[in-house]
Amino acid sequence: MATDEREHFSHTSNEFSGILDNATAIVPAQTNNYSTMADSALNSTSYLAAAQSSELPSTALHYLDVAFSYIQMIPGSAIIIRYIKTSHQNDPVRTVIELFLFIFAVRYLLAPTYSTKKTKNVPLSQEEIEDLVEDWTPEPLVSDVTDFERIENERRPVIVGPVGPKVKLQSGRTVTNLASYNHYNFANNPDLTQKAINTVRTYGVGPCSPPGFYGTQDVHMRSEADIASHIGMPAVIIYAQSFSTISSVIPAFMKRGDIIVADKAVNYPIRKGMQLSRSQVRWYEHNDMEDLERVLQKLVKEGQGKPLTRRFIVTEGLFETTGDAVDLPRIVELKMKYKFRILLDETWSYGVLGRTGRGVTEHQNVDPTNVDMIIGGLAGALASGGGFCASTEEIVEHQRLSAASYTFSAALPAFLATTASETVNLLQEQPTIIQSLRENIRTMLTQLDPRSDWVRCTSCADNPVMLLVLKDTVVQERGFSVADQEGVFQDCVDEALANGVLITRLKAMPSPLGVSPRELEKEWQPRPALKVCVTNALSKKETEKAGIVIRHAITTIMRGKKWQRQS
Amino acid sequence: MPLRTLNPFVSSSPSSTTTEVLSEKEAIRIESREIRDPNKAKFRPRFTIPFSGSPKTAVRPSSEPTGRLEPPSQIPASFRPPSPQIPTLSLPTINLTTATGEKSKMEELSKPLTLFAPPSPAEAKRIAKAHAAFGPLGSKQHLYSSRFVGSEFPEPIADEPPYFYLITTYISYLILIIFGHVRDFFGKRFKQESYKYLQERDGYAPLNSDFDNFYIRRLQLRINDCFRRPVTGVPGRFITLLDRESDDFNLSFKLKGTTTETLNMSSYNYLGFAQSEGECADDAEKSIKKYGISFCSPRGDIGTSDLHVQVEQQVAEFVGKEAATIHSMGFVTNATTFTALVGKGCLMISDQLNHSSIRYGARLSGAVIDMFKHNDMADLERLLRERISQGQPRTHRPWRKILVAVEGLYSMEGTMVNLPGLVALKKKYKFALYVDEAHSIGALGPRGRGVCDYFGISTSEIDILMGTFTKSFGANGGYVAGPKAFIDKVRVTNAGTIFGETPTPAVLTQISTSLRIINGEICPGQGEERLQRLAFNSRYLRLGLKRLGFIVYGHDDSPIIPLLLYHPAKIPAFSHEMLKRKIAVVVVGYPATPLISSRARFCVSAAHTKDDLDRMLSACDQAGDILQLKFSSGIAGGQEPLHDGLTNEGVNEVRSCLEAGGDPGMEPPRWKLEDVLKRGVQDVKKPLC
Ligand SMILES: Cc1ncc(COP(=O)(O)O)c(C=O)c1O
Repeated sequence: MATDEREHFSHTSNEFSGILDNATAIVPAQTNNYSTMADSALNSTSYLAAAQSSELPSTALHYLDVAFSYIQMIPGSAIIIRYIKTSHQNDPVRTVIELFLFIFAVRYLLAPTYSTKKTKNVPLSQEEIEDLVEDWTPEPLVSDVTDFERIENERRPVIVGPVGPKVKLQSGRTVTNLASYNHYNFANNPDLTQKAINTVRTYGVGPCSPPGFYGTQDVHMRSEADIASHIGMPAVIIYAQSFSTISSVIPAFMKRGDIIVADKAVNYPIRKGMQLSRSQVRWYEHNDMEDLERVLQKLVKEGQGKPLTRRFIVTEGLFETTGDAVDLPRIVELKMKYKFRILLDETWSYGVLGRTGRGVTEHQNVDPTNVDMIIGGLAGALASGGGFCASTEEIVEHQRLSAASYTFSAALPAFLATTASETVNLLQEQPTIIQSLRENIRTMLTQLDPRSDWVRCTSCADNPVMLLVLKDTVVQERGFSVADQEGVFQDCVDEALANGVLITRLKAMPSPLGVSPRELEKEWQPRPALKVCVTNALSKKETEKAGIVIRHAITTIMRGKKWQRQS
Repeated sequence: MPLRTLNPFVSSSPSSTTTEVLSEKEAIRIESREIRDPNKAKFRPRFTIPFSGSPKTAVRPSSEPTGRLEPPSQIPASFRPPSPQIPTLSLPTINLTTATGEKSKMEELSKPLTLFAPPSPAEAKRIAKAHAAFGPLGSKQHLYSSRFVGSEFPEPIADEPPYFYLITTYISYLILIIFGHVRDFFGKRFKQESYKYLQERDGYAPLNSDFDNFYIRRLQLRINDCFRRPVTGVPGRFITLLDRESDDFNLSFKLKGTTTETLNMSSYNYLGFAQSEGECADDAEKSIKKYGISFCSPRGDIGTSDLHVQVEQQVAEFVGKEAATIHSMGFVTNATTFTALVGKGCLMISDQLNHSSIRYGARLSGAVIDMFKHNDMADLERLLRERISQGQPRTHRPWRKILVAVEGLYSMEGTMVNLPGLVALKKKYKFALYVDEAHSIGALGPRGRGVCDYFGISTSEIDILMGTFTKSFGANGGYVAGPKAFIDKVRVTNAGTIFGETPTPAVLTQISTSLRIINGEICPGQGEERLQRLAFNSRYLRLGLKRLGFIVYGHDDSPIIPLLLYHPAKIPAFSHEMLKRKIAVVVVGYPATPLISSRARFCVSAAHTKDDLDRMLSACDQAGDILQLKFSSGIAGGQEPLHDGLTNEGVNEVRSCLEAGGDPGMEPPRWKLEDVLKRGVQDVKKPLC
């Protein structure tokens, strides 16, 4: 302290920094507390007042005396008083300036304790608040259901009994089912159902715990190992729901400041995962590898000289919204070149593509270990439930601690885990199952794509989920809006159902509330499409027949009066 | 592994080699004490049963009971207790109630009270299995029904340990952190291989940031063996752990190939529906036979079956709302529902301790998010006043909607939402109220219908009720219930419904059957018994722990009982001590809890018998002595009971004294185990102070 003081005397020219030094030096001496600092500021003003005005009433003088004696009791105060006294004698103006600066410094130091929000608040009295509270009327919790939504709710088919190749509807009619992902009819395989029952008889239904707290059952560990060995990755983690798996995986690894390069057509859960991760997202045109390379190049260039961040390419194996397949060899090439990691969503391709159903990696002859993370679903073709992420041990272990829907949600029911193991094994042991499905896909395709004047299939040739969109010429000719196209397809679905074939249409991604239409337009939306899900539980003949029904249904609707060119 | 016996408490017979459970002597001591207690002597035969597993203490009734009754096959089909009421394996012939004259439930229903023929070995095995999932009720005294009466819902008094423990806790963390850094310092220099994943590798940034990973690497790894213990079988009253060991300091584990059957204080199996026998499992089996394994389709496509429609209707009726919609995962129910409710220009206020799924949903919705202090109505009111009067940030336009989201029962705290307080605020501030009943549905209220039932508040006061089936119902998935217009909207705008897979048939049937049992549609009496056992068990264990001198958090009727450990070193130690005594408990520390308040969490179930809880208390008593965990000051209860009626006032006095900032000068409760067990049953029905 003493040296500090002397320094002050010698550096009178550099007032401000001197005072700041002083302030910081005082702090430790005075029990390191801002409030004491503020006190001493007050105290020094009163001392100043006492020194300057000697004509004050005696009571005031008395209080000043008392105050003064209190000040003297503060440890270190003597030094300050001495300092103020000497400086005051030298130059009273300087004291005032120093004092001013001191108060400024204190204010400056205390400032962060006020939240920035408060300062922006409009000051209001209690009565005003009361009035505002009374005045405020919220909007109704949900807006009215639109006509389209009402129709969707009313028309949603309700199945009675199992979802086999033929399903019974609530109306009592039995129709051909080309709408569920039960491509191999594993859901009703007597062998598998018996095994599922056995599992229920040993494990009960639910595991009643999240995996971290006694919810990891031996059957989960077994399924994880089975899937890992099937897909050819070192480790697998099973989530309790397929839909939400990727929305949890993405934020577990990608954080604020990281970079994600994503295909424009990726599905809804990927979008939500990226939103949750708060990473920077760059889009490339759907399946356009040149555009992807352009984006990667640009990012690499932008990143030069900055600390390296995690960088990912996120795409799908078979796209949920367009049905086509990714060009994985090319993406792996680009990944190697530009040092990005790949996160591949195989929810729709696992169990479907490849000779034994291992997915795109098998289909396109790519070593799966070149892909950093593969997400897959067990709830579709595998007729079980849940999703998984296959990767290295390290990445999988990380998810066990930090993937929200794994750590904070109950584990997958045991009987679904055993079913997944069984179906994965079935695919490996009997690849003919998959071949027969492919034959049916081909049969169906020949009925629809080349023969229809109205629609074309955007799905990859091996995809059992066939997405049929209206041909561009048709859309243009008739001036269809997106809503019109959805209407057309809803009518097609109804028409096909009337003729005994159950199909569905691709659903649009729900848009967030309260966002203006202008902003919504910027969001990518899939093209409205009819969805036909082929299954090998139907014979070739039956598939053919169903294909004809669908084609005719489309023709009937397109020829009908309702959807003619609007003039 | 030890043979699956009725009660591993006493099965510390030769089969359990490494672990020392309660010794035989203790078992006998408890037993004889029970007999001395006049109140319990009535149930003597039942009480002796669980301790008869070991041959030495087996009590055999001296006389053959009189009057052979009808064979069991003539039991009216309507009555099926939660688990077969056949007392024990080693006690093939026993008269349950005639000796005591106690009117048991079976007697009321004029059922055979006596089993004569010893069950065949296969039958005995089946019964043992059933009892491992759901223990038989010991006595009708072990039932209770709790609901809240009064107008103002008091916060539970939170006790604090002496400063010594708090300071040493901080110091422990400090030491752990310093040690961690020292190890990192040397590790990064001399063992670069094992740190490679934290560093840049041929042009790729590390996946884990060194800083974020520090906690996992240096603190959690040490206690990793307390988490994710693999299990097998039904997570019912007992849970079978797969024994494992690690030879690389918890980095990886190897299964030893043996198993240990432990008392399950960890699963959210509140009503004991985790069973592989009984109505639920029977129906689940039928359902798989009829519907197959899965529907393989989202609800939005064709994943809606008659089962879904039926379950949705049942759920809506059960929770008291017009309509309901169900999802295949509770987490996703929350994560996707808020987007249908609030968005830009809306405010969502969430309790500080809300579940991660609610936070996910809130973030996805795009609404402005605010938090209020856990269950603090004053803080909520302050926030509401400020937010409503100020309007939206920057534009100061009025909010379009305000939604307050809370949980019914908080899974880490054991506290219940202050629903009366919230409803009063809601009337004044007109916000919409969303209650996540994940843990409270089925577990609270005299009819098991959640917080509204418990507080006697009409469900119409709450806009949206959400809950999960993973807990009380032993199934999977979640629901949202509300006005029909709202549910209709959710069905078409909620991504979980449009794209998410639909719940599977067996899961739906489990939900449906357990719901029907709870509301008494099938097996009359069984649902009620489950509810009342849960209410009794929750209070009994909590009272016992308080009396032994532990600090427990939460409300008295909550089936979730967190026991405070404080020190990081006690987290694994407590878990190991309990495992030694063959009890599976959940321990949690930072970051799931505040740094200072590491805890063990017990989830009480209707499947537990009073003996299980006594065993739990005895284990806690021993562990508490070994680990110095008994540091309650007495302000939160556990006192010597005053004579009737005064107890409640005692609480109020303490409360007002604490509010005034005074020291109520309580005697710290440190009861002896015997006394706790002796007085438990009779005191549990009074206020637990
Ligand atoms: C309050 C709350 N909400 C939602 C969930 C998620 O439920 P589920 O396990 O069915 O995904 C949980 C589960 O832990 C919870 O505690």
